[in-house]
Amino acid sequence: MLKTLKQDLTMADTARVPGGGTRVDLLLVAEMVERGARVLDVGCGDGELLRLLAEARDVDGRGIELSREGVNEGVAKGLAVIQGDADTDLADYPDDAFDYVILSQTLQATRQPRVVLEHMLRIGRHAIVSFPNFGHWKIRLQVGVGGHMPQTDNLPYSWWDTPNIHFCTIKDFRQLCDVAGASIERAVALNAWGRALRFNAPWWFWNLMGEQAVFLLSRQDGRAS
Amino acid sequence: MTMAEISAALEPADRAREADQPHSLVVRFGIDKPLRLDAGVDLAPFQIAYQTYGRLNAERSNAVLLCHALTGDQHVFNIHPVTQKPGWWETMVGPGRPIDTERYFVICANVIGGCMGTTGPASTNPETGMPWGLDFPVITVRDMVRAQAMLLDHLGVETLFAVVGGSLGGMQVLQWAVSYPQRVFAALPIAAATRHSAQNIAFHEVGRQAVMADPDWQQGRYFAEGTNPRRGLAVARMGAHITYLSDAALHRKFGRRFQNRDNPTFSFDADFQVESYLRHQGITFVERFDANSYLYLTRAMDYFDIAADFDGVLANAFKDTPTRFCVISFTSDWLFPTSDSRAIVHALNAGRARVSFAEIVTDKGHDAFLLDEPELFAIVRGFLEGAEKARGLELAHR
Repeated sequence: MLKTLKQDLTMADTARVPGGGTRVDLLLVAEMVERGARVLDVGCGDGELLRLLAEARDVDGRGIELSREGVNEGVAKGLAVIQGDADTDLADYPDDAFDYVILSQTLQATRQPRVVLEHMLRIGRHAIVSFPNFGHWKIRLQVGVGGHMPQTDNLPYSWWDTPNIHFCTIKDFRQLCDVAGASIERAVALNAWGRALRFNAPWWFWNLMGEQAVFLLSRQDGRAS
Repeated sequence: MTMAEISAALEPADRAREADQPHSLVVRFGIDKPLRLDAGVDLAPFQIAYQTYGRLNAERSNAVLLCHALTGDQHVFNIHPVTQKPGWWETMVGPGRPIDTERYFVICANVIGGCMGTTGPASTNPETGMPWGLDFPVITVRDMVRAQAMLLDHLGVETLFAVVGGSLGGMQVLQWAVSYPQRVFAALPIAAATRHSAQNIAFHEVGRQAVMADPDWQQGRYFAEGTNPRRGLAVARMGAHITYLSDAALHRKFGRRFQNRDNPTFSFDADFQVESYLRHQGITFVERFDANSYLYLTRAMDYFDIAADFDGVLANAFKDTPTRFCVISFTSDWLFPTSDSRAIVHALNAGRARVSFAEIVTDKGHDAFLLDEPELFAIVRGFLEGAEKARGLELAHR
């Protein structure tokens, strides 16, 4: 399925990163979304994922983005994007307003990840969360052996200027899912080369080898279809 | 220029003629087609003066209605018949501009209560043969929109591709989406609000009192007495103009610089450039605007409160609206601040509307929507192009 989507994408000629490739985590997220769904992308940046979803999945998408530049760029592209804050503005949305609420590489930058996740599960029938795994062996090595805060290609910030204030590992995130009342419908971990790890690998292996993770969630109370 | 010279400004003859026989397209509605006003009276006969630019396509799907602000009019993209100056939105509207007259059929009508050819207090009351003056019924933003809907019926335009406007124009855009959601595909309210704030009502009251304190106002019957409350209207405009700018913009433009002198005169002449500028704004305004019309239109803005029509719940006004919105505000606009636009966005989100919202960084204040703001143009263009795709409009390529 991912392969088909990649072909869709090539034809749509969209979601290209400066290097010329397509961000695999975005492809993965897109692949989890049903065609024609109503989607809210929280922390949508310049709207790359929304455009991918619109062109490849025929999605009716909306975005929230904190940075004014990102918003204005998105609106100028014809996307429905508003300037807002995941931590404060999700409360304004009614229950079940969307089929999917997506938080792509943003969880670690929110002030209250639990509250944000709970709102996502309330607003959407499904929530999709992708995040960098702080349990990846490279990061463990930098902290454990190097004795300093990690810096990687994906996480290039120094500790004093990073917007990322709530890092977690895949294991930690599963715990949050329990606390927030989310049931995990699907989870994928990507290795450093952006390839999905074997789905039957044990969680500890994902937690060590996965550089990023993407979770498809729904409410535990069964309200989700 | 002194205040005495304001009194000696141009005769209002051109302006009076413009109220009844405008240099515009005009549609006249007879007594069989009254305009139902919120005040509880029927206005008939009445007329609407309007301009159009571009061509309506065969499917009648490319019409864009522009709603003008308090002191604007229908002359968007042509030389103004009274001032001989360019139209008020030539930066935004025209061939190749964001609101592209080669793609869209652009309509702009003078609002009801205005003085540029649509029936208002300066128009001749058919019963007396004299201008309506204060006998004209008080009008609302809803009335303005109702009149525009009658114009569109007359033009054979059932649905609008987009409605666009700033300030009072933005209020009309919002009212359009509330009154006629099925007729509006895309709505673009700029520097607007769903209700006029107490502070804004207060500023308007100061302006109205300035007009009414001018002895030449003559209880609104200045036309009969052969006078014109120029000084009062000029002062009202000067006060209002400050609210359209920002502290930073005034400082950048004028600072504390003197006007054509090196030292203060120790008098009450316009020593400072900013004083001279404001006086100029006042003088040029009275040449083209009717004092009573100013009272009526400011009143219409004061009465505007969409939530009040929906038991105080703004979200209900937009519940399940089919219209797509793009709300725009400016960082330095303190008259219609970003918080007002955010309130619109919150209500639209709660109503599950498709909404975009952008705040543009500028120090130009409320008036920024009329000025050269490249980011504003990019956003309007992008929003309209996105809406075109969604509507399946096949228009000429840019």
